[in-house]
Amino acid sequence: MEARSLPSRTASSVGRKALLEIRRTAGRWGLVALLVAFPVYFLIHDLTTGYPGFANGHATRIHDLTYLGTNIVQGISNGAIWALIAIGYTLVYGIIELINFAHGDVFMIGSFTGVSFWSAIGVGLATSTLGLVVGLPIALLVCMIVCGALNVLIERVGYRPLRNAPRLAPLITAVGFSFILQNIGLLWRGGSTVGVSDLVRENKTVVQISGVVIHRADVLSVAVTIPLVIALGWFVSRTRHGRAMRATAQDPEAARLMGINVDWTISLTFLIGGGLAGAAGLTYALYETTIWYLQGFLAGLIAFTAAVMGGIGNIRGAVIGGLIIGCIQQTIDARVGPQWTPFFVFGLLIIILVLRPQGLLGEETREAG
Amino acid sequence: MNELRAQLQEWQAAIQRVLPPWWPRALAVLLIAFGLVLPQLFSVTSNFINTEILALAYVMFALGLNIVVGFAGLLDLGYVAFFALGSYTFGWLGSGWFFKAHVHILVHGPQATLPGIHLSFVLILICAGLLTACAGAIIGVPTLRLRGDYIAIVTLAFGEIIRVFALQGPSLKIFGMPLTGGELGISGTDPPYLPGIGTFNQLNIRPWYYTIFALVLITLFVNVRVRDSRLGRAWIALREDEVAAVSMGIPLVRTKLLAYSLGAAFGGIAGAFLGAYTTLIDAGEFQFGFSIFVLAMVVLGGLGSIWGVVVGALLLSNINYYLIPDVLNGIPGDLGLKFNLTDLQVSIFGFLLVLVMVLRPQGLIPERRRKLELTRGIGETELEEPGAAWAAVEPGEVVR
Repeated sequence: MEARSLPSRTASSVGRKALLEIRRTAGRWGLVALLVAFPVYFLIHDLTTGYPGFANGHATRIHDLTYLGTNIVQGISNGAIWALIAIGYTLVYGIIELINFAHGDVFMIGSFTGVSFWSAIGVGLATSTLGLVVGLPIALLVCMIVCGALNVLIERVGYRPLRNAPRLAPLITAVGFSFILQNIGLLWRGGSTVGVSDLVRENKTVVQISGVVIHRADVLSVAVTIPLVIALGWFVSRTRHGRAMRATAQDPEAARLMGINVDWTISLTFLIGGGLAGAAGLTYALYETTIWYLQGFLAGLIAFTAAVMGGIGNIRGAVIGGLIIGCIQQTIDARVGPQWTPFFVFGLLIIILVLRPQGLLGEETREAG
Repeated sequence: MNELRAQLQEWQAAIQRVLPPWWPRALAVLLIAFGLVLPQLFSVTSNFINTEILALAYVMFALGLNIVVGFAGLLDLGYVAFFALGSYTFGWLGSGWFFKAHVHILVHGPQATLPGIHLSFVLILICAGLLTACAGAIIGVPTLRLRGDYIAIVTLAFGEIIRVFALQGPSLKIFGMPLTGGELGISGTDPPYLPGIGTFNQLNIRPWYYTIFALVLITLFVNVRVRDSRLGRAWIALREDEVAAVSMGIPLVRTKLLAYSLGAAFGGIAGAFLGAYTTLIDAGEFQFGFSIFVLAMVVLGGLGSIWGVVVGALLLSNINYYLIPDVLNGIPGDLGLKFNLTDLQVSIFGFLLVLVMVLRPQGLIPERRRKLELTRGIGETELEEPGAAWAAVEPGEVVR
């Protein structure tokens, strides 16, 4: 700022103020407006232009909200899976301020473990309902333990020695681990998508509400997510260890001085995050009935977008963000085409980071903003 | 561990006492001479020289990324975007892809009459550099206010967006012509023509080698000069402590965007060269793995260290394109394992990233300043001072 430019600056201070005001408004309401505009657009579009469909055996354009309702139902059920992964990102970021790049691939390993485990204990398409009711929860537990342990191992080997190094260092090891896990997946199940036996008959209708069909898969993913999120909320807010986690997230040094074992608490956080990713992995395998060694890359980025949208470091935000991003993703998948989904999700991520980097609910970490 | 480190340092000091002070320059001259003679020792279609051409292109990529990640400390995980843009610039401006256009600038031979846009090779390289520099600045804008790890995610997102466009290009029409060739790719590109050398072809790859060698030398020269300039010092200051640097009067926006632009321009030029060399520009090449591959070169060589990055890039691309597929590929099979070493390629680089970061975060040939910064940080953890791990304020943190 040279001295010569000072007078002109005071002259344009009114314009400058207006610009700042616009910027603040955009920061506060831009993201919310965008998220509201999205369904409203499709609502108006469906009611006026309509969408192609069949009525009385003829191909016509239908003017109602069934299609949007279906998008939202599928979005919420798919978003429930993203929410589980997003919680893992948010917990880890909240406590050590690191984007755990390997998290999406831990989720992928969860899917692979689940599928391999249930075929190992003999659960298949011929298994009775009782067998599924017993077998799948066991598989879920195994997935959670395996992924939790894997996440703890990654933290111990890759992140803990670098806790004091510049931020770039653990981020690079995280990318490294992500690649190692992808390679494990590649060697495990090969390079193409693998079909999974549809154990829960995911396409069976459970209930139909004015044309909107709710499938078994939708019920399943929500039924897995809700108890886990409630349990996590209880754990973080009511238990001793949960309090230690919150204290460490707020101020690790003070927490250490208060006698909290910070290293142990961080390991616990990774265990929980990995466990949730494992649960998400198993649910995803049952939900999509296909698994792929690269599924973790896109899933991880979608979940990260969800975590950022809700406000990274904020568990409630991660769940809300997951559900919203699920709806957006399903709507795009159905209406524009799945090949364009990454474009919309990443575009949204960039818009969030430009307009409102603290997310919808804001951060609950020590460095707000 | 510490004893070993001390021993190594002692040896290093001993070697430095023996060598005369002008040895780095002498070494550089020797290496350049070696590089010039090298293709003459092999046949004109030698597989080894082919690998070296790719390796030199990667040296250029790595030097470009080093400006962004090493000098300015902005972790860019979407470097593949510039490779893609550079390659597509070549595809668009040096082939019959836009078949409705008839533009010919300084082209010789049969290309001068064919439909499409045909520019001379040098012009295309310049265009690729300019275009990717603009793209770099555009990608840089949203990251200006963000912290380090958010920058990584935003750049990654941009890389993936470019990839989506590359893959979906055939369905995007410009004046009725598809934007890219998708997975089939843009083929039938013009062979480059340089006055004095003639038209390049695949039967004699020496001209390709010398072209990329010259490009690398230019890149090296620019890198060294920029690093020691006012701008280079501003980058390093921003990397070390953004708040302090800005309060000392460094223009944040311009300095950061220049880092993105310059880094991107080298990536774009190298990308255009690779597009010309491989004669096929298909979207399948522009994977996230490329960004990590180049990042691994920078990290292995030493963040911010020009010579380290050159060594890292030569080493890794030779391992990737020569050692793993041609030399060591059968080893697991010989040991009775049911896979080839190429299947492990990805995790070898992942493992290398982890290993280098944990054991030797300063890289093979560290930059002096970076080394101090990194090793001091690591040393403190070993003291287990209560709270020491959290006391340090990281460079490049909050900007708002």
